[in-house]
Amino acid sequence: MTTAQPLDDHLFRREAGRLVATLTRLLGPRHLALAEDAVQDALVRALETWKLSGPPRNPGAWLMRAAQNRAIDLLRHRGRAERLGPELERALAPAPAGPAEADAAGPEAPDDELGLMFSCCDPALPAAAQVAVILKYLCGFSVREIAQGTLSSEAAVEKQLFRARAALEARERLYEVRDLAQVRERLPAVQGAVYLLFGEGWHGAHPRQAVREDLCHEALRLAVLLSRLPAADAPSTRALVALFCLLAARLPARLDDGGQLLLLAEQDRGRWDRALVAEGLRWLDRAAEGEVPSRWHVEAAIAAVHATAVGFEATDWPHIARLYDLLWGLDPSPAVALNRAIAVGMAEGAEAGLRALQAIPDRERLVRSPFLPAAVAEFERRAGRPERAAASLEAALTLARNPPEAALLARKLAACRG
Amino acid sequence: MASFMFIFRGGVDAHDAKISPEEMQQHMQKWMTWFEHLEKSGAFKGQGAPLQPGGKSIGGPKKVVTDGPYGESKDLVGGYAIIEAKDLEAAVEIARGCPTYEKGGAVEVRLVAKAG
Repeated sequence: MTTAQPLDDHLFRREAGRLVATLTRLLGPRHLALAEDAVQDALVRALETWKLSGPPRNPGAWLMRAAQNRAIDLLRHRGRAERLGPELERALAPAPAGPAEADAAGPEAPDDELGLMFSCCDPALPAAAQVAVILKYLCGFSVREIAQGTLSSEAAVEKQLFRARAALEARERLYEVRDLAQVRERLPAVQGAVYLLFGEGWHGAHPRQAVREDLCHEALRLAVLLSRLPAADAPSTRALVALFCLLAARLPARLDDGGQLLLLAEQDRGRWDRALVAEGLRWLDRAAEGEVPSRWHVEAAIAAVHATAVGFEATDWPHIARLYDLLWGLDPSPAVALNRAIAVGMAEGAEAGLRALQAIPDRERLVRSPFLPAAVAEFERRAGRPERAAASLEAALTLARNPPEAALLARKLAACRG
Repeated sequence: MASFMFIFRGGVDAHDAKISPEEMQQHMQKWMTWFEHLEKSGAFKGQGAPLQPGGKSIGGPKKVVTDGPYGESKDLVGGYAIIEAKDLEAAVEIARGCPTYEKGGAVEVRLVAKAG
């Protein structure tokens, strides 16, 4: 026993994803449940051993060996080893220690994880189920953690996973990520699921903030992983990474010390992660290829304008409004129109903002969002009509989805009346 | 100073099948912090080890070999450590700081008898 070197943050969770992916490739997706059990057992064994001995020099290789041994045990126990044949036994046999072992744990072999990622993003599954199954198998989250992160019940998550697991197990093998055509075909679905995963962590605050920030960082990790696959390293993927970097950089400033949600205008920009901003800008630079910008390009460009403004008052709102026009062309949704209207109001004045809010097509689809009345309130306040602002804020307050959001609106309401 | 053997029984194995990888890592971090603290204070000098599960038990006049260990998994010995302390009371106080209890584990504290 010696004083151990500290473990990387989230090592167990990350390794869980990698191990499940590799075992699922070796055993075939129909043995997903067995792979899951083997990985869980290997992690418990690691905990029980390392807590007394300290972690080994190469924890990833140790875990892979333990999980493969455990998988063989489980297969033998179920009397399946014979039927599965010597080929599978060989495949599962842990590689001899040496350079091969280092390779197995190296960051340059993400094919299994990518194959699992593409398999999870089955267009036949609802988007929420895709996100849940990614969190479960690629990110090593428990059902409880997924429920906390996505603000849903454990029962709802179980249901989504049940469907997604069945779809996965029905596959002959993991998605072929070395096949350019296949990757291109499913890439938009994968990007969409990762984007949604980020959004789950980003939208709205929650008392259990840490879990939700984790979702953003997991989405960033998966997007970077995606960019390492040559066939998926499209400008749109790089733009997605850029977007996540630029938004995640703002996470440390989203709550004040008392856990209250802060508006962009109120955030202490000194707490933004400047290194992550710089990384995001580099990715955006690398994304500037190809003929047509994707929606991720435009969203990343918007995030970049915010990230590089020295203060809220210095924000280049006309530029942001133009970018939202562009985004509207790619995604004519009420949510985009709402953000566009806010940018117009900031650029051209409160009355222009109110007119733009009034003109949102399909605005009835926003009736359950507190952001529309909150935006109306903001421009009414700026136009010098606090009583109308207060009325809109009261309407927004009834739509607040969680306590920090309600607290923020109540704070603005009090300011209007004060 | 006297030497005590801390015998660690039970743990996550028996306690919680649904524990998440993140929770496992957090629990392990606590063990590492605990041992670090014991090393700094001089109570722990690096003697100890985890034990692999399984193994054999041999007993009786006929020296019968059985698969062991047996019993409930919460009673299984997962490992040991040698801890230096002034007396049993002080050793027990050290054992109270072990993170194992939150996962249903137990620590047995035994004075190592000196020859002669």
